[in-house]
Amino acid sequence: MVRHLIAACVLLALTSVALAQPVEIRIGYVRGAEATAAISLIDIPPADAGLAGARLAIEDNNTTGKFLDQRFVLEEVTLKAADDPAAAVRMLSERGITLLIADLAPDALLTAADAGRERGVLLFNAGATDDRLREEDCRANLIHTAPTRSMLADGLAQYLVWKKWRRWLFVVGSHPNDRLFADALRRAAARFGAKIVQERVFADTGGARRTDSGITQIQRQIPLFTQSAPEYDVLVAADESEVFASYLPYRTWDPRPVAGSAGLIPKSWDPAHDQWGAEQLQNRFMAMFARRMSALDGQAWVAARMIGEAASRGRTEPKAMLEYFKGPEFTLAAFKGQRLTLRDWNLQLRQPILLADGRVIVSVSPQEGFLHQVSELDTLGTDRPETKCRLK
Amino acid sequence: MLRLLSGLCAFLLTLSPAQAYLAYVSNEKGNTVSVIDTNKWEVVRTIKVGQRPRGIEFTKDQKYVLVAVGDDDTIQMIDTKTNEIVDTLPSGPDPELFVQDHDGKILYVANENDNTVTVIDIEKRARLGDVQVGVEPEGMGISPDGKFIVNTSETTNMAHFIDIATRKIFANVLVDARPRFAEFKQDGSELWVSAEIGGTVSIIDPAKREIKKKIGFEIAGLRREAIQPVGIGIMRDGRTGFVALGPANRVAIIDATTHQVTKYLLVGQRVWHLAFTPDEKYLLTTNGVSNDVSIIDVAAQRVIKTIQVGELPWGITISRQ
Repeated sequence: MVRHLIAACVLLALTSVALAQPVEIRIGYVRGAEATAAISLIDIPPADAGLAGARLAIEDNNTTGKFLDQRFVLEEVTLKAADDPAAAVRMLSERGITLLIADLAPDALLTAADAGRERGVLLFNAGATDDRLREEDCRANLIHTAPTRSMLADGLAQYLVWKKWRRWLFVVGSHPNDRLFADALRRAAARFGAKIVQERVFADTGGARRTDSGITQIQRQIPLFTQSAPEYDVLVAADESEVFASYLPYRTWDPRPVAGSAGLIPKSWDPAHDQWGAEQLQNRFMAMFARRMSALDGQAWVAARMIGEAASRGRTEPKAMLEYFKGPEFTLAAFKGQRLTLRDWNLQLRQPILLADGRVIVSVSPQEGFLHQVSELDTLGTDRPETKCRLK
Repeated sequence: MLRLLSGLCAFLLTLSPAQAYLAYVSNEKGNTVSVIDTNKWEVVRTIKVGQRPRGIEFTKDQKYVLVAVGDDDTIQMIDTKTNEIVDTLPSGPDPELFVQDHDGKILYVANENDNTVTVIDIEKRARLGDVQVGVEPEGMGISPDGKFIVNTSETTNMAHFIDIATRKIFANVLVDARPRFAEFKQDGSELWVSAEIGGTVSIIDPAKREIKKKIGFEIAGLRREAIQPVGIGIMRDGRTGFVALGPANRVAIIDATTHQVTKYLLVGQRVWHLAFTPDEKYLLTTNGVSNDVSIIDVAAQRVIKTIQVGELPWGITISRQ
């Protein structure tokens, strides 16, 4: 009897110890290893691009978690080119990690989402801007904190139209991603009343982006390339592959501003963004990583903060979290001047688009006067009535 | 003759203005403080201060106006006799809002940049300690009994209750996104916390540390995202409250008993903070984007005047006499 009593006491003691332990919320961060080339040294992504944003959000979540007995942990997985994303998702879910932030190419992302589906894994796409992931290829367990190309293009087009720069000389790169961005920009021009006066393709003929005397040739090449254009107000470039756009400003035949992939660039976040309290986040980031916070860092920060926000409201499991994100209660404060919410029809995060020139934020879209019956943020990107997404 | 004189006197008396107060307005971008004479309703002086002035308060003895200059990481003391900056207080990095204890001796400062509330001895100009709070502390309130302060943290989304005696957090109340301001009813029965991004004001029972009600706002023709509650003013009798709604360009008047919005007053653009004249006849609002201050006649519930101040007015404090 006494022994039983002692055993019970020990059990009780153990249980209360277990209760005093904070709830641990483990988040996986899965990313591909592809290196990105850039024309400007300044734009070459650091080794922890994106990841750093998630790490900072984990810090922020843990400061809050201290008061709620919650602890957030980030587990990082970097996939090599030959690695199967599905295997990584299975490995993580077997270890009980069912919340994943992903910075993966579109097909790898879909493979990961599908592998996670029956295991109840909820994924946050922090990297891929492909519209198809929110449209015909949308997934019911895949939330997108990265904006789409069409959101970015619409944000830019609204401003150019507001500025009355309606006549665009349109230059498109020769890679598939350049063409996708070009499609989004064409759609934006048509939606908001800009006119593409001429379209030119800048073919990537190979070669290095950095050479010791390359600048001499570029100075001759770009004026020639932009010569004999019809009357235009702004040159809009689609060059996600970083082949030519950054060479355009100051070198066009006609003295015209450049926008799109160089000059005035639409993005979700920028190192120069300091409004609406953003300076505090920028300072925290700088203090932690000794570098500036990129759009990818911002998108990963938002993903990890969404998880923290849901957890602080008592939703710690993927299913309950998703319900919460889709519902009317969810609002995220992310230093963009207004609440961010989720489009419940395709799980895309609504967000203002910053227009950055590399030094300062020139403007933030949606622009005044572009109205919408639900949310002006829905003037950016594909709206509910046009969506091809059917969440299942 | 005598009648004429007394008539004239009566006339002069009705003309004779109400008590004049001085309102000090911090101009976030202009790096200045505008001083408004509430008798003439005009700016009578502009004081140059440090970088990015925001939180601003008279000391209890009215000798100084304290202004947090966030980008200089300090709080400047303006001598109210000379209107010159005479000293600074050692806050932490990026001070924003602060509150004094009832004796006016101790200052509690929210430092947005390092998740702390700094405790400062005003007379000694000395830092007494720090309290660790949530991410991006901002709003500061003190309970009417002087026993505890409340700090709101913008990214943690909480109201932290801090015991003044022990300088320890003894309770946390989760509110909606980006809480910016905390204000008590004078009888201590309620604490109001505004959530800028959440778009609500939480009414907290300070004894139970529980939310008993949330005030939401709906303005016809205005999208939800534009309604961003910030500054709060509650009248001494606890019956009427005012909430500044940021880019909605309006101040909501609230029946503080039923917590229903009774009216919206159109003021300037991006209205930040509010201050009553001591007689509670007028409520002044700082309007960030339109660079002006709106004067609300409290009894008539209408805006009677707008005064241009410096660039991006943010905080406001009014003298007691």
